[in-house]
Amino acid sequence: MRRGRTQDRTSVKVNGMGKAILGRKLGMTQVWSDDDKLIPVTVIEAGPCVVSQVRTIERDGYRAIQLAYGDIKESKVNKPMKGHFDKARVEPKRYVREVPVDEGEEYKLGQEVTVAIFEPGAEVHVTGTSKGKGFQGVMKRHNYRGGPGGHGSHFHREPGSIGQASTPSRVFKGLKLPGRMGGDTVTVRNLEVVRVDAEQNLLLVKGAVPGGKDGLLTIRTA
Amino acid sequence: MNRIRAIEQQQLREGLPEFSVGDTVKVMYKVVEGGRERVQPFQGVVIKRHGAGARETFTVRKISFAVGVERTFPVHSPKIVEIDVITRGKVRRAKLYYLRDKIGKAARIKEKRA
Repeated sequence: MRRGRTQDRTSVKVNGMGKAILGRKLGMTQVWSDDDKLIPVTVIEAGPCVVSQVRTIERDGYRAIQLAYGDIKESKVNKPMKGHFDKARVEPKRYVREVPVDEGEEYKLGQEVTVAIFEPGAEVHVTGTSKGKGFQGVMKRHNYRGGPGGHGSHFHREPGSIGQASTPSRVFKGLKLPGRMGGDTVTVRNLEVVRVDAEQNLLLVKGAVPGGKDGLLTIRTA
Repeated sequence: MNRIRAIEQQQLREGLPEFSVGDTVKVMYKVVEGGRERVQPFQGVVIKRHGAGARETFTVRKISFAVGVERTFPVHSPKIVEIDVITRGKVRRAKLYYLRDKIGKAARIKEKRA
């Protein structure tokens, strides 16, 4: 048996089981709660999505559904994707994402998923792509402490020593150094759903979510 | 953007008096103390109005027991019971931060003549 990670990975509950929907970040604002408190919220236009594929244990070895979201011009759909959507007998959509589903939850091909699956007060995980920050130093990128600002110190925002000469006489792999920051897939967990507007397909979630405006988001129950 | 504005539009309150920087106002503000709700007045000079739409706030400054106290309220807060405009001030600044360095007579504001 391999040492180290002894935990059986399949027994770990995969995050995001349950209901999920795809959406687009519209921006942030604030609303008053019932007890007159000001809540910062992110407005998300979520859905309507369609189920474009159902993964089953018998065929695929795991349970999941593929959600499709977003309008797209007919001419922008490439042939393989068109064939995929035709097979499911749904309109072509811009984005396709797979989300795991719980046992006992039945989804049919072509079924529509709207924001109505969420209720105010529920907690959700929101996944998106964070804003790109460009090439950043170690202080911003990895929260290094840096050096003193003054008193003759010439060591300000540097990473410091990255290794020794004789042993190990190399730089360890994965050492945190300056580089491209942002543009990562980030999940913000346990955000409260403040309001659901099924008519306009809007979802108001407490707090900030990753990415800029118009960014694609996956919202799923916590 | 428009859809966010539509959400903010629903939060706007009607029937608030018009007031601007330099005015002396009395803000009747609901406070909850140990499960009981009462209305607390806060009277002073409006030294700033900030933001727009449902997110707009204003800051009121008063001198309480020789200590300057500033309090910022959201304009459209449902906790504001009433705003009484007591005097209209004549000022030439949008933000009256200079009042923080003035004491007594120097911190007065000229009243606007109708």
